[in-house]
Amino acid sequence: MNVNQSAPPVPPFGQPQPVYQGYHQSSYGGQPGSTAPTTPYGAYNGPVPGYQQTSPPGMFPSVSRAPPSSEAPPASTAQAPCGQASYGQFGQGDVQNGPSSTVQMQRFPGSQPFGSVPLAPVVSQPTVLQPYGPPPTSAQVTAQLAGMQISGAVAPALPPVGNVTISFFLEASDSGVYLNPFYFYQPGPPQPLPPKRLDPDAIPSPIQVIEDDRNNRGSEPFVTGVRGQVPPLVTTNFLVKDQGNASPRYIRCTSYNIPCTSDMAKQAQVPLAAVIKPLARLPPEEASPYVVDHGESGPLRCNRCKAYMCPFMQFIEGGRRFQCCFCSCINDVPPQYFQHLDHTGKRVDAYDRPELSLGSYEFLATVDYCKNNKFPSPPAFIFMIDVSYNAIRSGLVRLLCEELKSLLDFLPREGGTEESAIRVGFVTYNKVLHFYNVKSSLAQPQMMVVSDVADMFVPLLDGFLVNVSESRAVITSLLDQIPEMFADTRETETVFAPVIQAGMEALKAAECAGKLFLFHTSLPIAEAPGKLKNRDDRKLINTDKEKTLFQPQTGAYQTLAKECVAQGCCVDLFLFPNQYVDVATLSVVPQLTGGSVYKYACFQVENDQERFLSDLRRDVQKVVGFDAVMRVRTSTGIRAVDFFGAFYMSNTTDVELAGLDGDKTVTVEFKHDDRLNEESGALLQCALLYTSCAGQRRLRIHNLALNCCTQLADLYRNCETDTLINYMAKFAYRGVLNSPVKTVRDTLITQCAQILACYRKNCASPSSAGQLILPECMKLLPVYLNCVLKSDVLQPGAEVTTDDRAYVRQLVTSMDVAETNVFFYPRLLPLTKSPIESATEPPAVRASEERLSNGDIYLLENGLNLFLWVGASVQQGVVQSLFNVSSFSQITSGLSVLPVLDNPLSKKVRGLIDSLRAQRSRYMKLIVVKQEDKLEMLFKHFLVEDKSLSGGASYVDFLCHMHKEIRQLLS
Amino acid sequence: MATYLEFIQQNEERDGVRFSWNVWPSSRLEATRMVVPLACLLTPLKERPDLPPVQYEPVLCSRPTCKAILNPLCQVDYRAKLWACNFCFQRNQFPPAYTGISEVNQPAELMPQFSTIEYVLQRGAQSPLIFLYVVDTCLEEDDLQALKESLQMSLSLLPPDALVGLITFGRMVQVHELSCEGISKSYVFRGTKDLTAKQIQDMLGLTKPAVPMQQARPGPPQEHPFVSSRFLQPVHKIDMNLTDLLGELQRDPWPVTQGKRPLRSTGVALSIAVGLLEGTFPNTGARIMLFTGGPPTQGPGMVVGDELKVPIRSWHDIEKDNARFMKKATKHYEMLANRTATNGHCIDIYACALDQTGLLEMKCCANLTGGHMVMGDSFNTSLFKQTFQRIFSKDFNGDFRMAFGATLEVKTSRELKVAGAIGPCVSLNVKGPCVSENELGVGGTNQWKICGLDPTSTLGIYFEVVNQHNAPVPQGGRGAIQFVTQYQHSSTQRRIRVTTIARNWADAQSQLRHIEAAFDQEAAAVLMARLGVFRAESEEGPDVLRWLDRQLIRLFMFHLRRSPFLQVFNNSPDESSYYRHHFARQDLTQSLIMIQPILYSYSFHGPPEPVLLDSSSILADRILLMDTFFQIVIYLGETIAQWRKAGYQDMPEYENFKHLLQAPLDDAQEILQARFPMPRYINTEHGGSQARFLLSKVNPSQTHNNLYAWGQETGAPILTDDVSLQVFMDHLKKLAVSSAC
Repeated sequence: MNVNQSAPPVPPFGQPQPVYQGYHQSSYGGQPGSTAPTTPYGAYNGPVPGYQQTSPPGMFPSVSRAPPSSEAPPASTAQAPCGQASYGQFGQGDVQNGPSSTVQMQRFPGSQPFGSVPLAPVVSQPTVLQPYGPPPTSAQVTAQLAGMQISGAVAPALPPVGNVTISFFLEASDSGVYLNPFYFYQPGPPQPLPPKRLDPDAIPSPIQVIEDDRNNRGSEPFVTGVRGQVPPLVTTNFLVKDQGNASPRYIRCTSYNIPCTSDMAKQAQVPLAAVIKPLARLPPEEASPYVVDHGESGPLRCNRCKAYMCPFMQFIEGGRRFQCCFCSCINDVPPQYFQHLDHTGKRVDAYDRPELSLGSYEFLATVDYCKNNKFPSPPAFIFMIDVSYNAIRSGLVRLLCEELKSLLDFLPREGGTEESAIRVGFVTYNKVLHFYNVKSSLAQPQMMVVSDVADMFVPLLDGFLVNVSESRAVITSLLDQIPEMFADTRETETVFAPVIQAGMEALKAAECAGKLFLFHTSLPIAEAPGKLKNRDDRKLINTDKEKTLFQPQTGAYQTLAKECVAQGCCVDLFLFPNQYVDVATLSVVPQLTGGSVYKYACFQVENDQERFLSDLRRDVQKVVGFDAVMRVRTSTGIRAVDFFGAFYMSNTTDVELAGLDGDKTVTVEFKHDDRLNEESGALLQCALLYTSCAGQRRLRIHNLALNCCTQLADLYRNCETDTLINYMAKFAYRGVLNSPVKTVRDTLITQCAQILACYRKNCASPSSAGQLILPECMKLLPVYLNCVLKSDVLQPGAEVTTDDRAYVRQLVTSMDVAETNVFFYPRLLPLTKSPIESATEPPAVRASEERLSNGDIYLLENGLNLFLWVGASVQQGVVQSLFNVSSFSQITSGLSVLPVLDNPLSKKVRGLIDSLRAQRSRYMKLIVVKQEDKLEMLFKHFLVEDKSLSGGASYVDFLCHMHKEIRQLLS
Repeated sequence: MATYLEFIQQNEERDGVRFSWNVWPSSRLEATRMVVPLACLLTPLKERPDLPPVQYEPVLCSRPTCKAILNPLCQVDYRAKLWACNFCFQRNQFPPAYTGISEVNQPAELMPQFSTIEYVLQRGAQSPLIFLYVVDTCLEEDDLQALKESLQMSLSLLPPDALVGLITFGRMVQVHELSCEGISKSYVFRGTKDLTAKQIQDMLGLTKPAVPMQQARPGPPQEHPFVSSRFLQPVHKIDMNLTDLLGELQRDPWPVTQGKRPLRSTGVALSIAVGLLEGTFPNTGARIMLFTGGPPTQGPGMVVGDELKVPIRSWHDIEKDNARFMKKATKHYEMLANRTATNGHCIDIYACALDQTGLLEMKCCANLTGGHMVMGDSFNTSLFKQTFQRIFSKDFNGDFRMAFGATLEVKTSRELKVAGAIGPCVSLNVKGPCVSENELGVGGTNQWKICGLDPTSTLGIYFEVVNQHNAPVPQGGRGAIQFVTQYQHSSTQRRIRVTTIARNWADAQSQLRHIEAAFDQEAAAVLMARLGVFRAESEEGPDVLRWLDRQLIRLFMFHLRRSPFLQVFNNSPDESSYYRHHFARQDLTQSLIMIQPILYSYSFHGPPEPVLLDSSSILADRILLMDTFFQIVIYLGETIAQWRKAGYQDMPEYENFKHLLQAPLDDAQEILQARFPMPRYINTEHGGSQARFLLSKVNPSQTHNNLYAWGQETGAPILTDDVSLQVFMDHLKKLAVSSAC
């Protein structure tokens, strides 16, 4: 929660700011009325009294209700002097800070979810209501800036999540002058008044929230035993102890307390979604899921809904039967699985069996779970290299071949095996395809050219897919010769679909699943299936036809992808374009087969080598599952209805993934189809059937229990904004395929406004209409949403190419919460502020130009880009020790490598860069940006709190706009 | 005075021509009454060690429709330097180079002994010979090994500058690139897909951008090697590479499940081979050599499915119209054969398998292009190995016995017209004044293309006398025929061989005896047999026999009727095709052997002697040597066999027996050495299982039906229901008398 640390001087208020005005006109002008809520808000849109009447029953039903009733006495104002004090100030409209931030943000990890009753002494508050908040656990801050007040309150700040309200409000002074920055939303403000600027420090700061969560929850492990616990933020380092629920590394939800009825859910408009990363990598301290082998009978499942045995299954009749926790069906326990129950009704062996005590575990699958009822053979990797003129000239082919020679030793292995079971194959191509026979018995590799690209087939069976160690000599010889063979090529045309087709056919012929690594340079214009034409047209931006830029040019790739999925053929695409290559079309197959796309525009070996090789190494080495099917089962009452991510679905329930690695995430949206029961809560079970990289067929099960609520306040108290943003971004990014971008953005804004308005109406205390009240859990929603809205996909700048947008669009589709978080709100780290000696990462600052001081150096990262910004008046010594040049002017702009220097600062910075890179799934190329340099434009693009060049609103402006939307909904 | 026999022999020696009639009936009516048509067997490139080619170009008649070549039959006016064409009577000026001619200073073409003369053309680019190997890899291991060795060996037999290429096929078709070092490259094609020539050339990267094409006009030969260099390379350059490549050839790696035939894409492989040469070396001498070990089982040109339980079509199936793939496959190969012929290339088929390989469908490839057809049991037999080696044999000049891209033109004097030709040729569809409306064989033209030929290739050419009865030829008039064969010699020179012959006209009514005496029985038999075979190819078997019976009353015909050329009983369709293929191209002597096998007897009673091809010739104390052209059978009579078993030949006192045993072996070797294709060599004895080869050929004068009637100890009875010659003749006589045919 954000608080002004120092009492800000009261800035003179007056006319509207020019900045604001511009924003108003350009982005949102002319449509204030268009965002009227469509949800059944009408009934509540009454005047204030009406609101007051309805909200208390909705929000604070009764003291005796189960969850909130545990201990805390109703609103004891006497308990917390400081809180009270602030209340007082607040109430009186004092121009003062609230209490110190440490108090406000306190959460109590590990304690019970509901500590106090959110009572409703509401009526007693004058203008700004602080409805609940028993003292030590609640804090309220007000900041009043020339008539604007920001109040934050941790309401029944009950662990794990406090219900914090931040309210912005407008206040009219007695003198009759509107002293608030939003006044132009009000009718009739006199124009000549000087603009009042909303102090950025006064609005919720992501940095602060992250820091607080880190401090409060980073120290203790997160124990998953309790239902409906909100986990620490993704930015916090924490350990997880699995005690029956899946780790948040595997599943995160937008809310951990789900409305019992669909009416409530509709009212709140909070999307119910889970972000699932089934094969997430765990830190070394956490054990990977146990593998359970149930022998020939296979995993135990519910007969009706086919859910897998999990800790929530209820054993009855002395253990002879069990009741399914999802569908309530009663099943017999097979004799070999029988065990007695103890006095609490638990099986005696519960703790000996992972499937009865843990949230995540794996089953060994039986042959019934395999394709064609045959155990799979180990998967294969096929490297398919573009050898057209561009690829050769840029040095790519040589670099790649050289790298593959050593990289092949590091193919993913399973467990402690000496050698990877994965076989490899090689194809090069331009207008035709060249297959290579690298059978170990050959003295020289053999090349087989297939030029019948219209009707692709695999020319050889034996010797195409080989074991690396057996055929090493031949493979090495091949990789040595490929760059030589094509050194003089003049072929500039390439094909694309036939290449994938060929790889897929090869896997089909070998009867295995696998992955294709495609290294491709140009728009496939050669005569072949899947031939594309250059259809890039910037004129389409901001028109109804803009969506076509994101849609594939031809349906051929979807068909192809479908075949790939059926074969378990995952496609990873490395693009090296010099111009438009139509990423939107080329990425269809990777996208639908669970693969990744990497793009290196204008690839040059000197500059991009490190980045490409690093990505390649990581991509080849990462553990991956093949031929996977994911199914999410839920308690009766809700149902998984929508899925986002890199996969293919042939029906409405099964997520089919030709390949799935530890970075890929699937976001699942749930909808009610019945009532949920508060007592039993809502359960999720995500079952992933896949083939491991050693060729073992397995089932990975993740279980998660959520609470259910009948009070909207409970919902708002248990939300996770980061996950919400992850869902909303994916939703919006899919939306651009079908609707004009503007519609998509309006939908987002409307939804956000509705969420917040619903809160305001039903959960917050009645207060002045000029007040913006945000739920504590969602106080960052506006800033993050603004970042989504002004991202390249939804609001492209002039320098953003169509390919870039398509690339980002598909990247985001399979990002997890941590990735979307940093992607939309980049981290900006000051390097020279904290002492060099301190070992920890420097605390981040907000992504705004105002936060940069020209005497410092900053590092900015968003998971894809990494900038080192150097202030113009940075100390010479710092310049010397970092760049090894004597002055600022001598620093090369655009530098991508820092010199290796033996001094603490250099070591620290380089160490920091390395550690940042290590955290991300893709290598971030460093770009050194000097203040006032032309590259700075690029850098400023990432200062997301500022107004962007492409017309994106600044944080403050957007907040104002959001407020206006909410007010419109409320009135 | 020379006898007709000598005359015929002399003519054959000199001109490679044998006519059925050596004195010609002078009117159409009389000619038709003769029954046996006026026809000849022509061996266009008959080896003539005594005929050195002349190094200049022939002189042509200036009449555009005639263009006959100056020959000894022309009347020459030495003073006026004029010559009269003996076909169209056009008077022509001699070209400037001939100013010095006189009665005593004649150019060779005017000398009577040069009725056959060969010119070497200096113009035109010379391009090297091309050999494109098309190799089946769906073979048994040892078969493939043997084939690889034969192919490797053949590289050393090729002229060093000849271009070679390699295509292998199984389930897929691989075109091997021969130029590259290091990695061996090949272009792979699906075996199931019929590709057009253009597609093939595109996929092989043979089509070049349009720009250099125009520049290439002045010197195409320089351009060509560049285009195709990847697939066709001079032997001397890639000798080692290709040897290694052949050495590394593996059996087709695709699994063949139990009860299936391997998938063999012969049709596509051939199509690609044809397309490759078509795109790179049209109208240049080239041989596509197809080595296959089984029937095509997939794609265009498939002859049988891959299910082993469904056997390959038999004559029975064909009669019942039960051969599913035959028509389509035949059409495919005919299309290829015609394209190949148009390009002037030829296709050889070397089919070695125990079962049929689809020769019936593929026969046109060899038949229309003048390629060889060789059928054997395995590549690992001397039959194949030596036959293959013999392809590369050289003549007295050290030149290969092969020629390419020949066109044969026949010109006749007015009284005659050309009715057609039967042999390894295709029609060029050139209509001229001397083309008859009646067709015998491939007719309707007076020019044929023979893409591949060797010194023994022989065509039957059929004529029609068109002179009307009421316009008699003046006494002593002669009819003339000129054969002009343009071809690419194996030394890559372009050559023209011209043979001009003349025969006397005779009035059948007054000079019937002359005509009768000048009848060449052997030539007539072979020519008629060719006609019969030609018909048999296109018509139902029994009809042809009936036609033959109606036409002929001669000795050979008994055997011809029983021969595999007409009888399909006991032969597979492939075998029939094979036999017919050879019958339609061998010269007269060989053809006669084919019709009526030769039987020699070796005994202590005297020197080896030819004996009747009759079961009565099979005696216990004789060794028999039978030559059927396709088979050489040595048969030891019962006693001889017992003697050998007893080991008399190893006793010094019975050395004469040893010699007796050896004599037929030596003779057989002699035949084996000379013949192409190498015959199947069978060494058997009385009661041996292989004796059936002999027994099936001899005239069954003694059978189980009449054995006791003869009651003699001589001869061996044949278990057959076939009629014997005796019965046949009796029946024939009766027919000849009773009915007017």
